[in-house]
Amino acid sequence: MALALLRIATLVVKEFLAIMKDPKSRVVVIGPPIIQFFVFGYAATFDLNNVRYAVRDEDRSVESRELLSRFRGSPTFRLVGELSSDREVGDLIDRQGVRLVLHIPQTFSRDLHAGRPAQVQVIVDGRNSNVAAVALGYASGIIAQYNAERGGTLAAGAPNAARPTLQLVDRAWFNPNLQSRWFIVSALGGLIAMIVVLLLSSLSVSREREFGTFDQLLVAPFRSGEILLAKALPPMVCGLFDALLLAAAAVLWFGLPFRGSLPALVVALSVFIVSVVGVGLFISSLSSTMQQSLLGSFMFIMPSVILSGFTTPIQNMPQWLQWGTLINPLRYIVTACREVFLQGGTLATIWPQLWPMAVIAAATLASATWLFRHRTA
Amino acid sequence: MIQSADESVSERSGETVLGVRNLHKRFESKGGPPVEALRDVSLDVRCGEVVGLVGPDGAGKTTLLRIATGLLVPDSGTATVLGLDSVRDTLQIRGRIAYMPQKFGLYEDLTVQENLDLYADLQGVEPAARAPRYTRLLEMTGLEKFTGRLAGRLSGGMKQKLGLACALIKSPELLLLDEPTVGVDPVSRRELWRIVYQMVDQEGIGVLVATAYLDEAEKCHRVVVLHEGRKLDEGTPASFREQVHGHTFVVQPPPGVRPRTIQGRLAGRPGIIDATIRGGRVRVVTEERDIAAVTGAMPDNLAAAIDVAGPTFEDAFMKLLAHARSSQSHANLPAAQVSTGVSPHPREPEATIHRGESADGVVHTRDLTKRFGTFTAVSEISFDVHRGEIFGLLGPNGAGKSTTFRMLCGLSKVSAGEVRVAGRDLRRAGSFARQRLGYMAQQFSLYGQLSVFENLRFFGRAYGLANTRLAERIEWALDEFDLRGHRDMASGRLPGGYKQRLAMAAAILHEPDILFLDEPTSGVDPLARRDFWRRINSFAEGGVTVVVTTHFMEEAEYCDRMLIMSQGRELATGTPDEIRELARTEDHPDPTIEDAFIALAEGAARPRGKEGSP
Repeated sequence: MALALLRIATLVVKEFLAIMKDPKSRVVVIGPPIIQFFVFGYAATFDLNNVRYAVRDEDRSVESRELLSRFRGSPTFRLVGELSSDREVGDLIDRQGVRLVLHIPQTFSRDLHAGRPAQVQVIVDGRNSNVAAVALGYASGIIAQYNAERGGTLAAGAPNAARPTLQLVDRAWFNPNLQSRWFIVSALGGLIAMIVVLLLSSLSVSREREFGTFDQLLVAPFRSGEILLAKALPPMVCGLFDALLLAAAAVLWFGLPFRGSLPALVVALSVFIVSVVGVGLFISSLSSTMQQSLLGSFMFIMPSVILSGFTTPIQNMPQWLQWGTLINPLRYIVTACREVFLQGGTLATIWPQLWPMAVIAAATLASATWLFRHRTA
Repeated sequence: MIQSADESVSERSGETVLGVRNLHKRFESKGGPPVEALRDVSLDVRCGEVVGLVGPDGAGKTTLLRIATGLLVPDSGTATVLGLDSVRDTLQIRGRIAYMPQKFGLYEDLTVQENLDLYADLQGVEPAARAPRYTRLLEMTGLEKFTGRLAGRLSGGMKQKLGLACALIKSPELLLLDEPTVGVDPVSRRELWRIVYQMVDQEGIGVLVATAYLDEAEKCHRVVVLHEGRKLDEGTPASFREQVHGHTFVVQPPPGVRPRTIQGRLAGRPGIIDATIRGGRVRVVTEERDIAAVTGAMPDNLAAAIDVAGPTFEDAFMKLLAHARSSQSHANLPAAQVSTGVSPHPREPEATIHRGESADGVVHTRDLTKRFGTFTAVSEISFDVHRGEIFGLLGPNGAGKSTTFRMLCGLSKVSAGEVRVAGRDLRRAGSFARQRLGYMAQQFSLYGQLSVFENLRFFGRAYGLANTRLAERIEWALDEFDLRGHRDMASGRLPGGYKQRLAMAAAILHEPDILFLDEPTSGVDPLARRDFWRRINSFAEGGVTVVVTTHFMEEAEYCDRMLIMSQGRELATGTPDEIRELARTEDHPDPTIEDAFIALAEGAARPRGKEGSP
């Protein structure tokens, strides 16, 4: 037993040295986390800013100008130009010059003065349906506010046409300003841990195959379980380290709240990482070259990110695909991370996410061990 | 058989096809001093002439050939090919010369015919000229029957011949060959040389051939010896032989004494440049034209007879190399005595054949077979290796040596038959059984990123060494293998010979009982090869059982017993004497192992049964 521990320790030291001394592996540990932290933190946001729009004002009245000034004053919208014909509207939207055109008809002020519902047409570029819906939402908001202030004589082309008799007072829990950055960055630790762990572990066996060192390892008195364990540990440590570092950066750099318990986060990440290391070692046992390992890793990363609820809600997927997400470990860690960060999750409350990951980890590790034994022994 | 210069007939005879003048080339190396690949090298190749470029690894042979083809630009000096400058007129030159690199770019998924077609297209050979050229090349290479076979399915020798045919598809005026026969079986080697000489005789081309086989140098009209980028000497094989005339002797061991014992005694002694085993006797090259150095080393009259031997090119080469090395400030001369650290009591130098120590021997195989799909890589190989024996697995590349070897070590699954090492099947036995094994793979298989010391520490610990014992053994290895100066260097950056020594050090650090060495001497220069065999010898003397593969037939002489393989089958098993005996005829009273291989491969000699020795 003591000998076995000594051998494992020897192997682990060697694996760490191999990662630290291999420029490619070093990049894997340091590069992706930093890049993804900033890319996702700044670029991946559902919030719209700088929505380019144009105006076709046929009314040119005090009222129309007042409405338009509200758009002009909003940080969300950026005026690109004023149009003088309907043909220009089509052109501008076709070549994506603007996302949105406000069309105020000649009758606008007349209708308002007459106390009739006035019409404002909003034309949106629907090619990106998500952006269109969000832009439309903002526009409706501005118009609704104008409405309310004018005593409700204006009706937009958008749904809420009737005079408001009910007033909606909304309050978003957990993310009061509904910043999508909170949503994204809180789950980023899981994603980055997955990428780091998967790349490092999937390269670990195939690197030895490619460099011809694997045979030398196999003829040495190591058991295959010992080799596998030693190959699993360094990627796990690196992955956990990266994920925790990013959790700290999320709080310190992006100002995310950390409402849950740290042990819950560490435990959830650890269980998740074990399940990913199983996948990585499985890929690595299968591949004979490092290139195959990388390809295999990316084949796993792409679908698992999309099917995780990291960006798009799982509830929007067809039912059969929703069932498919149940075997995706990333799904659980994304939920668990958000719970811990935003909702104050503890070990007890994230238990529904923990046990499925543990089951998946057992399955991936078992199959990696099986494959490793069969491909080598 | 061997053509000499004046016999070759060519109307353009004597015209210089390659003129190299004062060539310099250096390569920057990361984190080390720049490598001087060529230093002021000049040479000429004329029409109808075969010039050999001979030198150890890293001598600059490939660099010189690549400069001649225009693939590399020299730092200074010129290479003039067919009157054209290799740097300025590269394109014109390429259409008129043929170059066959070490690994010729055959398309393994194309058939023999398709490969020829492809190269004919690439070289722009007129369609009308193709048919007669194909016929001739196929006939010369003996590939007529295989035109429909995929190149990837050819044997190593056939691949090399096809490569040569492709290179010769548009009859060139100058042929550049880079080690065309490495790892090729002896029969194919002779055929390759025959093809080259046919081209020279019939078309009057000039040939520059780099080679690591010293016996091949004898087949050239002229030889240029390179060493570390410098030209050491140049001349005809005869002029080289003349240099060591009277310096060469053979020692005939008395009955019951192994030549290895005598060789071990002579090698490395002052006044003795080289001692090798050839044909069951020990060949010695001395510093002085005097037998005293030999007799002086044999006080107990171990030698039954010492005769003057006819000098060979190899003798002269060893002498040149030894001088070149000793003239360098800190020459890396092999240590005079090799201590194994394995056992303080070397065995008595007696000719006991170790039998009956255990019923099956240390390594035991019966009808060992390996199939990959429908292809049988190894077919019914049976042999036993006894304790303290050096057992050789010999054969050309692709003979199935490495596959057999991998099955022995438990790295590859056995398709049929049985294999036992120290009484166990290594695939089933636990890790403990591997504890007593040392293994050195064919390619460098240590961790290139880790330093020499880290590698040794890792493998030492892997085999259960710890604390002071580990430290002691590492210190021993650093000294023994002359690695102390490179202790903290990343092992991947070590020069070739050092890598090989480190690999061996890692394999024997834990003092294994059984040592598996897969091609330990491939890609190693002749000096280092001798050094290696002396070490292997000393391990065996210390009681270690050694199983070694090699494609150098002459190295078989160092083995106690051997198994010669070809195309996955056993050709013969036995002691060097027994193997040579198979090829002994009245015309050829003193055959080498290589002669025996050729005789066996061509069916001239009848191989023994499964058990090589009675």
